[in-house]
Amino acid sequence: MNKILILFAHPRFEKSKTSRALLKNIKQVDGVTLHDLYEEYPDFNIDVEREKELLLAHQIIVWHHPLYMYSAPALLKQWMDMVLEHGWAHGNRGNNLEDKIIFNALTIGGTKEAYTPGGHNKYTIREFLFSFEQTATLCKMIYLPPFAVHGTHRLTANDLKNYASLYQTLLAHLIQGNFNTEDMKKHFYLNDWLAEQGRNNS
Amino acid sequence: MSASFLHDALIYLATAVIFVPIAKRMGMGSVLGYLIGGIIIGPFFLGFVGEEGKDIMHFAEFGVVMMLFLIGLELEPATFWRMRKLILGTGIMQMGATTLLCFAVLLLIGFTWQAALSCGLAVSMSSTAIVMQTLREKGLAKTQSGRSSFAVLLFQDISVIPILALLPLLAVSGVHNTSSGHASLMGGLPGWAQTLVLLAAANAVVLAGRFFFVPFLRFIARIRLRELFTAAALLIIIATADLMIIVGLSPALGTFLAGVVLANSEFRHELESDIEPFKGVLLGLFFIAVGASINFKLIVANPITVAFLVFGLMAIKAIVLFITGKLSRLSFDQNMIFTLGLSQVGEFAFVLFAFISQLNILSAHWTDMMMGATAISMTVTPLLLLANERVLLPRFGTKEIAEDKETDAIDARHPVIIAGFGHFGSTIGRFLRANGVNAVILDNDSDRVDILRKMGFKVFYGDATRLDILKCAGAEEARILIAAIDSPEINLSLVDTIKKEFPHLKIMVRAKSRLDAYELLDAGIENIYRESLDTSVRLGVDTLIALGFRKYSAVRAGQNFIKYDEAALSKLAKHRHEQEAYIFTTREQIEIQEQLLANDREANPTLYDHAWDSEPYAEKTSGDERGK
Repeated sequence: MNKILILFAHPRFEKSKTSRALLKNIKQVDGVTLHDLYEEYPDFNIDVEREKELLLAHQIIVWHHPLYMYSAPALLKQWMDMVLEHGWAHGNRGNNLEDKIIFNALTIGGTKEAYTPGGHNKYTIREFLFSFEQTATLCKMIYLPPFAVHGTHRLTANDLKNYASLYQTLLAHLIQGNFNTEDMKKHFYLNDWLAEQGRNNS
Repeated sequence: MSASFLHDALIYLATAVIFVPIAKRMGMGSVLGYLIGGIIIGPFFLGFVGEEGKDIMHFAEFGVVMMLFLIGLELEPATFWRMRKLILGTGIMQMGATTLLCFAVLLLIGFTWQAALSCGLAVSMSSTAIVMQTLREKGLAKTQSGRSSFAVLLFQDISVIPILALLPLLAVSGVHNTSSGHASLMGGLPGWAQTLVLLAAANAVVLAGRFFFVPFLRFIARIRLRELFTAAALLIIIATADLMIIVGLSPALGTFLAGVVLANSEFRHELESDIEPFKGVLLGLFFIAVGASINFKLIVANPITVAFLVFGLMAIKAIVLFITGKLSRLSFDQNMIFTLGLSQVGEFAFVLFAFISQLNILSAHWTDMMMGATAISMTVTPLLLLANERVLLPRFGTKEIAEDKETDAIDARHPVIIAGFGHFGSTIGRFLRANGVNAVILDNDSDRVDILRKMGFKVFYGDATRLDILKCAGAEEARILIAAIDSPEINLSLVDTIKKEFPHLKIMVRAKSRLDAYELLDAGIENIYRESLDTSVRLGVDTLIALGFRKYSAVRAGQNFIKYDEAALSKLAKHRHEQEAYIFTTREQIEIQEQLLANDREANPTLYDHAWDSEPYAEKTSGDERGK
């Protein structure tokens, strides 16, 4: 059984319908540790040693955050800067995260179409996430495609429910080890991989 | 050590240990406990202490002597100067009017003018011991009434010196009564000479303080033996007192002067903490002795006269005090505390009456009557204050509960109770209110309560440790209680009450110092907020910035220091119990400081900041390039 660490960063969680829907029942799921960064470190004073211990205790890491200005909220960047130390996470002797799995779980205001070369935002989500992808590679981790929820402003209660159960399905697959990373990497989003899994099962 | 001494000590200490907790439990305060204990063991009831009551009185007066030394110590000239208007204004008004009125009344009932005047002066004294102790226990020392009371008492204490100097001039005959057994140097001198001797003695104490005590204490301090310093402090007090007795003056006055002189020396705080425990015990003894020395035989023989005397004196004093309070613009509640608090005749009256009778100004019979009235008035004071707090003020003064009585509806919207709305609590309250959280406030300063109610706060007036008030304030429905009372002792007892009676309440506590924080940790409190932590660190951070540190680095250093210090607090708290069970607080304070300073070297916050440190990177990259 794999253990999942969700590094959740949202400065206004209480106002975010989507994030609350996604994380609603997460705490009860066996094998998932929800680590609410803005709740733990309101002063941005990250306890690096504690974070390292958490990372070591889990096999799968999720950067779960909304997309702010095409990147993560500031505290998650702070977390990356401070915790992923040279000599620990990367560099010659920095092998502690080797072969761990990591990916972004995103909530995004714009539609998927807006994030295309012809769209409003010109670049794709994968392009905006290059710095995350390369950070993971630098730390010798396996980077998976993101799980994304688009168009968050227009989602109905029903949509939210569907996304939440989709996210839970994903986490269940990961916990049970019921996946193949090479297969996952072929997809643009993990959502697509999940859809394929659904089709195969039915 | 004789058996009878041990026997007496046994009786007195047992009385204190039995009666004070009972009185405290019944909400009466320690002074009343001592007094009632004294009455009960006195010759009239159980008779454990008999006719030797007067000797005990002399011994116990030493508690008053020490208290005056401490009051003197607290009297920095700067403080005095700041309060000069209050002290002189209220003091002159109170003493002058009381003396005049009593003088007139006593003259009417047939006293000679000398006797009437000297008695008037004596009864204008109030009891510093009772009033200060009571105000401190009730946490009222810093309110308007507390300040005014302190001012009046101070004026009285100081004016004892000139009064003692004046009395010999009033002596009726040149021949003095030496039968009292007080063989003093002043015995056979004429009045004017006694006055001169007295002034000379006062000056001698001041000079000795400046040119002898301070160098002497410096010498002792250099030896670095704590107990020797305590011994030296006691020696100074006893020597001064003894000298005064030899000269034939009040020892309390001598030590008061010595205290004032030493207030300006660097030993002030050290002396205070050394003598405090002795003072407490002896003062308790004094109160017991007052209770025991009430001459019930005299009262039984002349019940009506004594009753009139007590009632009349206290009424005159109270009327004058009330007017004085009105003139210095005390609100009704504050004025009632001030008036009733100071309405008794104080311990200095004993000293003055003894001197008056020695000078043959007043007959022995009347002296006994006056002394009896004094003792009774002192016993009645705590009762009066209690009645004022429980019966009078709730009815006529600031209400304990604000007028609007939609209790349930309001309470539901007040999840937070703030006990104590001084400078600390008020900031919390304002912050919560700015964020839409309305807290219920408990405070015992009626002036503040009035203002807050006008501003629309929901305020309960009274002692926050009282169960009924906590219930009224909605402690049963609230979620969080913030203990922000100024006095650490009251805060701690509040916390104890809450833990026992309202276990569901989350408690957040203000701690004045590291030591208070330890006590609270011992009491099982988790959320402790030290006044001396965050603000000090913030100032330190700004200092680093002013010295040229980058702001973010300085702020991070501050954050880490607070984290480190809180961890050190709980670590040291456990360690503390392994040490000796009883250490004097100041020494403990210093030892902790030492330990902290030693450990702080380990708290290098930049240790954690590898991430932003480019040095390891620079080495690596340059190495790579060389490799290529």
